Amino acid sequence: MNIVIITILTLGILGTLAAVVLYFVAQKFKVIEDPRIDQVEEVLPAANCGGCGFPGCRAFAEAMVKSDDISSLNCPVGGAETMNAAASILGKEVAASDPMIAVVRCYGTCDNRPKTNNYDGAGSCAVSASLYGGDTGCSFGCLGEGDCVDACNFDAMEMDPKTGLPTINDNCVACGACVDACPKNIIELRKKGPKGRRIFVSCINEDKGGAAKKACSAACIGCKKCQKECPFEAITVENNLAYIDYSKCKLCRKCVSVCPTNAIHEINFPPKKVKPVAVKKPVAPVGDAPKTAAPKAEATKKENNPSVESKNKEE
Amino acid sequence: MLKTFSLGGIHPPENKFSAGQKIESMPIPSQVTIPVGQHIGAPAAAVVKKGDTVKVGTLLAKAAGFVSANIHSPVSGTVFKIDKVADASGLKKESIIINVEGDEWEESIDRSSDLVTEINMAPQDIVKRIADCGIVGLGGATFPAHVKLSVPTGKTCDVLILNAVECEPYLTSDHQLMMEKGEEIMVGTSILMAALKVDRAVIGIENNKKDAIDHLTNLASKYPGIQIEALKVQYPQGGEKQLIDACIKRQIPSGKLPIEVGAVVQNVGTTFAVYEAVQKNKPLFERIVTVTGKSVSKPSNFLARVGTPISQLIDQAGGLPADTEKVIGGGPMMGKAIVSTDAPITKGSSGILIVKGEEAKREKMQPCIKCSKCISVCPMGLEPYLLMTVSQKAIWDRAEEEQIMDCIECGSCSYTCPSTRPLLDYIRLGKGKVGQIMRSRTK
Amino acid sequence: MNTFTVSPSPHIHSGDSVKKNMYGVIIALLPTLAISIYNFGLGALVVTATAIAACLLFEHLIQKFLLKQETTIWDGSAIITGMLLAFNIPSNLPIWIIVIGALVAIGIGKMSFGGLGNNPFNPALVGRVFLLISFPVQMTSWPTIKNTFLSYTDVQTGATPLSVMKEALANGELPTDVLGQIPSYRDMFLGLQGGSAGEMAGIAILIGLAFMLFRKIITWHIPVAVLGSVFAFAGILHWIDPMMYAPPMFHILSGGLFLGAVFMATDYASSPMSNKGGIIFGIGIGVITVAIRVFGAYPEGISFAILIMNAFVPLIDKYIKPKRFGEVAKKK
Repeated sequence: MNIVIITILTLGILGTLAAVVLYFVAQKFKVIEDPRIDQVEEVLPAANCGGCGFPGCRAFAEAMVKSDDISSLNCPVGGAETMNAAASILGKEVAASDPMIAVVRCYGTCDNRPKTNNYDGAGSCAVSASLYGGDTGCSFGCLGEGDCVDACNFDAMEMDPKTGLPTINDNCVACGACVDACPKNIIELRKKGPKGRRIFVSCINEDKGGAAKKACSAACIGCKKCQKECPFEAITVENNLAYIDYSKCKLCRKCVSVCPTNAIHEINFPPKKVKPVAVKKPVAPVGDAPKTAAPKAEATKKENNPSVESKNKEE
Repeated sequence: MLKTFSLGGIHPPENKFSAGQKIESMPIPSQVTIPVGQHIGAPAAAVVKKGDTVKVGTLLAKAAGFVSANIHSPVSGTVFKIDKVADASGLKKESIIINVEGDEWEESIDRSSDLVTEINMAPQDIVKRIADCGIVGLGGATFPAHVKLSVPTGKTCDVLILNAVECEPYLTSDHQLMMEKGEEIMVGTSILMAALKVDRAVIGIENNKKDAIDHLTNLASKYPGIQIEALKVQYPQGGEKQLIDACIKRQIPSGKLPIEVGAVVQNVGTTFAVYEAVQKNKPLFERIVTVTGKSVSKPSNFLARVGTPISQLIDQAGGLPADTEKVIGGGPMMGKAIVSTDAPITKGSSGILIVKGEEAKREKMQPCIKCSKCISVCPMGLEPYLLMTVSQKAIWDRAEEEQIMDCIECGSCSYTCPSTRPLLDYIRLGKGKVGQIMRSRTK
Repeated sequence: MNTFTVSPSPHIHSGDSVKKNMYGVIIALLPTLAISIYNFGLGALVVTATAIAACLLFEHLIQKFLLKQETTIWDGSAIITGMLLAFNIPSNLPIWIIVIGALVAIGIGKMSFGGLGNNPFNPALVGRVFLLISFPVQMTSWPTIKNTFLSYTDVQTGATPLSVMKEALANGELPTDVLGQIPSYRDMFLGLQGGSAGEMAGIAILIGLAFMLFRKIITWHIPVAVLGSVFAFAGILHWIDPMMYAPPMFHILSGGLFLGAVFMATDYASSPMSNKGGIIFGIGIGVITVAIRVFGAYPEGISFAILIMNAFVPLIDKYIKPKRFGEVAKKK
């Protein structure tokens, strides 16, 4: 019996002593930190993706607390909601920012862009890009080794085995990891648009029209038809390549229909007055719509199956 | 015991099918494509325009900067256009396209085949002539020759080393050149020695070219200061650092140039071009190209004008075999696979290697079994398995710490790896990235 | 127009493969297997076959159902693990214990770390040590050699020279007297001694070593470092007090030292990458082995020594770098 009591007593006293020592040590070495950092960190998404330009959410929270003007700071993952929540903790103003999404500006599918050689090196776009122009006649287009998919931390990307191109779904938070990972600079962050509607040129080929068209049937050939059509001067053509400025684009869709190669893609638009030619439309969309089963955008006038697929691919 | 370098090395099958084949002149094509960037450094700036008439040897593009090289016309005719044309790697590069008319040479070029042994130019004039004639390293690296010959102030050079190793399997262009133009090479060596103001030159030749060793050793007795060194057949004996180590037992410290140990290395083909430039005033516009491969019916050594389409050389060597799976510009260890045979021969094309069927495909990659064979073959004493991993994971500071920049991209590690891992693919990528980081740091 | 294949250089490969290396090791193990069968008859065969089959089976099951990847059991590494496990256990061990050993070796020792090339410890030794601790009686009752050829579990057992020595020294006997009670050095070298199924014949293992060196499967550094350091360390002890410590030759020839030095310590994944590191690793194994044999509770220490040094391999790899080109010039 004695032993039990002695044991309990000894351990109890030891424990209490240790607790006291710990308390004083903790007091002595206490780091005084702005408690708001913790609060802000709490509302951040905790993805630590680096999309904000800081090495993790805590660093971003610190930056938010420290800087007086936080209009230059933005958490692309949390979006406006998170930023407002964080700003209300700090009592600061948030610059209104549009939600963004990553967009793959290449539509060189296996059908559109015939292979001119077979790549047999390490399975990495970066290696392939540093080696040569790529396995098709287009030296600007997607290499299809999936570096962007590997870089994505949000399950927002996968390679479509049918097209050989990456697809982006609604999980995308516009952190920009894929943009950095792509050695060809194909992926761009663009405004998500109202109801996710957006229009962009799905090509970055700067070759002359003939060469671009020869390499890929969906290439932008720099014909400037869209530029002439655009009522808002949102489209510029430089180096044989059209680019739509998303801050000027009013989503009128006039450019989409004039593009002779269907290089301009529209996403999440309701179908236009259906022309009987486009009967094939349901085939592709239903099958590989990764997310929403909502009515898909209609192809332009021509019965162009690939471009229908693309709408879904970009969801 | 034959001399060799001190670390690592491999011995791939030599397969020198075209050895002993006389150098054959290629017919002049009807149109040539001359890229303005055929060398390491800044691409040259075109000085001709569409519609200009040019002769053989006319300056087409002028060196843009110190590390750059002049480009001369290999044919006579009219400039058809200057445009971006896909090169052997499928990337569009600015090129000058010339429609060939006749074969008229610039008068200043001495077209006779007489041997001129007397050197009557001052060292700085020799270097200038070499620069004017657009001579670049013909071993494959295409580094402008005049840059190497301009010894920086504060450094001294006491020995010239001639790279006649040709350690790449299959290739025989240097070998054949030594057999046919031995005297010229000796004079070329003397010119280079004069330019560098050194009295000692070592010509390193791998021991699988015994006839060339004998031939040059006989000739060398007439030329003071030139010594022939037979080297063990071991890849990469022709790597600059390895060659210096093998020939004169000096190791270049990490990140330094050969001049650090008082040596300058030139390729034997370059030396011949130097002879022609200095003694005959002939710019560099043609070179010897080996066309070979197991399936090639007539492996040959051709003297081809720069700009000749690769397909024409292959046709001349018996045509492209139907089962061809891969065509390589250069040797199998360091050459580049080409996308299309329409691409032209450039100053750096030492050979065209045709690989058939399954031999062209890589085996499936397996997990690293840590057998450490890549370490034991690495001629630089690096750890390729580790460099690959850190490159894959993009840990660039660690890659730099592990001396990734010392890699000479010889490919011994990938060649040896039992798991057929693409070690060099990733190391090369890492080198590129680390190089960028280091450059941005110094700025 | 042809569509060519394009890949970065080099465009040729030596033709070496994981399989070639692994099957090379298996061939190198065959002489040892032959002596084992000669010594222990049916028992050795049953134990080896069971261990190999169990290792293959577990690797297959784990790859197929747990990791959901392609099975790679025929790359030879599981066969080696099975053989080495079998060679490290007595030839009269019941089948169910062997199966447990194989499960631990493959499941815990290898696959849980990511399979081929990723195991920090030698899988066969993980299995062996697990069995040694879990079933000490069965694991330390070694059959005597040259029993009836067809017997398996039902055999006469006897002590190994190492346990004889350990016990005798503990009882205060002199090492020189003990040497008289055990087989001669020559017999020990030729494998005429008791022990685990494949550890007794130095000669067979040396033949295997010669084969592996010839085929460039391994380098000489680790085996030589292990054997050399055992000889040196045991020699020093013996020189200090010949009355207390057994002579070095005894340590070299007894127990699983050869098997450990040649086949277990040289396991690719669990040994250091550089040659310099290999020598440090080998010396560590040698010293720890002798320390356990002489001062520890177990008569044999090579398995523990290898496992302990396996744990140091990442550290060795981090600090011991191969000689870089140009280093000599730098120091001048």
